[in-house]
Amino acid sequence: MPHMLKIKNLNVYYGHIHAIKGISLRVEEGEIVSLIGANGAGKTTTMQTISGLLRAKSGSIDFMGRNLMKTEPHKIVELGIAQVLEGRRVFANLTVKENIQMGSYTVKDSLEGLRQARKDIYDKFPRLRERKEQLAGTLSGGEQQMLAMGRALMTRPRLLILDEPSMGLSPLLVKEIFEIIKEVNKSGVTVLLVEQNAKMALSVSDRAYVLETGKISIEGKAEELMKNESIKKAYLGA
Amino acid sequence: MLISILEQLINGLRTGSIYALIALGYTMVYGIAKMINFAHGDIIMVGAYTLYIGIALLNLSIPISILLTVIVCSVVGVAVEKIAYKPLRNAPPLAVLITAIGVSYFLQSVSLLIFKATPIPFNSVINLQSVKFGSLNISGITIVTLIVTTISMIILTLFINKTKAGTAMRAVSEDKGAAQLVGINVNKTISMTFAIGSALAALAGILYICQYQTLKPTMGALPGIKAFVAAVLGGIGSIPGAMLGGIVLGIIESLSKAYISTELSDAIVFGVLVVVLLVKPSGILGKKQNEKV
Ligand SMILES: Nc1ncnc2c1ncn2[C@@H]1O[C@H](COP(=O)(O)OP(=O)(O)O)[C@@H](O)[C@H]1O
Ligand SMILES: [Mg+2]
Repeated sequence: MPHMLKIKNLNVYYGHIHAIKGISLRVEEGEIVSLIGANGAGKTTTMQTISGLLRAKSGSIDFMGRNLMKTEPHKIVELGIAQVLEGRRVFANLTVKENIQMGSYTVKDSLEGLRQARKDIYDKFPRLRERKEQLAGTLSGGEQQMLAMGRALMTRPRLLILDEPSMGLSPLLVKEIFEIIKEVNKSGVTVLLVEQNAKMALSVSDRAYVLETGKISIEGKAEELMKNESIKKAYLGA
Repeated sequence: MLISILEQLINGLRTGSIYALIALGYTMVYGIAKMINFAHGDIIMVGAYTLYIGIALLNLSIPISILLTVIVCSVVGVAVEKIAYKPLRNAPPLAVLITAIGVSYFLQSVSLLIFKATPIPFNSVINLQSVKFGSLNISGITIVTLIVTTISMIILTLFINKTKAGTAMRAVSEDKGAAQLVGINVNKTISMTFAIGSALAALAGILYICQYQTLKPTMGALPGIKAFVAAVLGGIGSIPGAMLGGIVLGIIESLSKAYISTELSDAIVFGVLVVVLLVKPSGILGKKQNEKV
């Protein structure tokens, strides 16, 4: 069986800035894998390159055995990769309902099927149901995170990428979001998680990679990384 | 006196609603592609000549000629975007601006080569009788203009706010990256925007030429620049703003022509723009944060 996602020797530049320096990583079907690292390490760059918003200079990205290096972003979504971008990026001037509807933009299903899909999202995030007609820009940070996740799930992904879902949220909300991530994973969606909150990320992950200034410094099983002395010092605040 | 003011208001509404149709193209393209398409006014000229070709040269019926005009303008608009603007998606704004001005000259030169500089007279295709309300006389062309522009604006508003494709356009204008990641094809959406904007300019061109009845290669420049002013006045990027801006501008122009001075009317129009932008830099209905134009 091929890996679900396989990245080899990826190099990404911003002009002359070499942001990603030859990283390799893989994600297997059904896993939760996290990518942790300090601010500026290159996590967002890596994720946006997977989704096609940024282009790599060299290396390869394969998803379900298919090379994505030249695939357009909207096609990558159709292949089954959804990404919740850093900072949520909900459509602020669209209503909650319209944001959710945009999530199913490329989904081919009957009206009834789409209605059921929306219902499932509102069941998962009841707070969004109450705010259906509200403009997304008027939601709180936590609600916007839920909306961004709901919108991404509407695309019916096989792989869900989350870029710092806990950013700026209260500890209680972070817990709630991570519960939902676990649930989503249990329902069969593979998860690639980017976090600065390493403790939280490792606690839900199967495996993890540590990114340091564009290179992967450590990788392994999440439970082992949690015991790793240098990780404890650098990322777990112990 | 009252009748005269009323007549001027109606004249202003007629010209203003044509400006509004054109302004919609500027504002929609700005919203989606974040650029000022200075060649947009010349689409009016393309439309007027196409109508002339259809009716006077090919002897087509009026409805077919109108349909042909709308199609040709949409195709030209989309082609301009694909050939001239798309390669510059990530270029500095100044490069895009200069390109747009270049496209404008290119379209005018092509029409100059084909049709020469001598203005061509053209008879209005609108043959509706004028209507009298007491001593108030409203011309047939005014009535048709108001009906066509109103219907166009209602359809556009419904399309933008109620359909999936319209919602996708709003999503793209807000955040291209996030829109791509829900599967929206941004290139297609941009093409669609140019097509719709150019179709509206085609209608404006038809109404305009029925009023002025003379074709020349530079005929799109003046209504184009006025409509651009209207779009900025209303708040560039805002669709209701473009409609309002066009109508306000048309009425100001008409009243100042009638009661102040024909020569000064353009100066007054631009003066109003300056005052509005001083008071509210983003235009009447514009959003708060706004880029420089
Ligand atoms: N648009 C950009 N232009 C230039 N450099 C950038 C840009 N975006 C990110 N970078 C640089 O690339 C590096 C990685 O950034 P990023 O991927 O955002 O890190 P992270 O998500 O881990 O915080 C940083 O040094 C950052 O300054
Ligand atoms: Mg980041």
